[in-house]
Amino acid sequence: MLSPDEVRLLTRLHGDLPLSDRPFADVAEELGCSEDVLIERLRHLLSRGVLTRFGPLFQIERAGGLFVLAALTAPEASYEQVAAQVNALPEVAHNYRREHALNMWFVVAAQTPALAEAALRRIEAVTGLPVLAFPKEREFFVELRLPLQSGAAEEAGHAAR
Amino acid sequence: MPLDDFDRELIAATQGGLPLVSRPYEAVGAMLGVSGERVRERLGRMLEAGLVRRIGAVPNHYRLGWTANGMSVWDVDDTQVDTLGEQVGALSGVSHCYRRPRHLPTWPYNLFAMLHGRSRDEVRQQADTIARLLGPACRSHDILYSTAILKKTGLRLTPGA
Repeated sequence: MLSPDEVRLLTRLHGDLPLSDRPFADVAEELGCSEDVLIERLRHLLSRGVLTRFGPLFQIERAGGLFVLAALTAPEASYEQVAAQVNALPEVAHNYRREHALNMWFVVAAQTPALAEAALRRIEAVTGLPVLAFPKEREFFVELRLPLQSGAAEEAGHAAR
Repeated sequence: MPLDDFDRELIAATQGGLPLVSRPYEAVGAMLGVSGERVRERLGRMLEAGLVRRIGAVPNHYRLGWTANGMSVWDVDDTQVDTLGEQVGALSGVSHCYRRPRHLPTWPYNLFAMLHGRSRDEVRQQADTIARLLGPACRSHDILYSTAILKKTGLRLTPGA
């Protein structure tokens, strides 16, 4: 699946991209490859779906916004339809199918609590299903590292430090 | 930090990802009619303020071989949940850990810890470790495995909001 070079690249870029004029060139130099090769590898990882995104991760809470985890029970017969209805809202940042009576778990990201609340109500209206909200009351830990633990990956991870 | 118009434009321009070109900040600036320097300066301030958590790669856990992704949920004594939550968050394999509200009687769980492994056995072992740590403070728990990513786009500011 991942080549050792890709693992090194992912481990490095799971941390911060420098805020320099040519950040990819700077990271390439750290990793001992060329800027072009590094950008090409990133493109390839994105096109294969190994990465879902590359860029800034916004923590909207710091600007008065919030992320709200929420869940609903979608009937199996209309599961895909409900998923499409939920996903159609731009406020829905993530959505996962899970094995439980509550079988759809999504995160609403909004700039204000009122907008988040409105998005959740709209989901209830559009789907006709009750939504349970699980706003975070306290954050204990959010990992900043890539959970690569295979032998090769671990070595590469240490080598990249 | 409250968002100004430039912040909003910058978020809108980069929330889907940075352009994978030699001078990505310059490219974003060109879209917004400002210099790359101004983009870098503002992103730097957002990083300092915590509005940007990091600038980097967002992995798809499944594609990295982490095919067992379980949301473990725990019903923990309210007087001990904050102390124990910190300890659970520090365990390896736990990527996110939060205290969230219960929805009684259907949902008794107030501590959420995301677990990632290459197999459900691995995730169960991680959950066993958490169970031992929580001891009698925990009344019951469950693991909700994800079986599909229905959406994973991250934050999208709603236009005009």
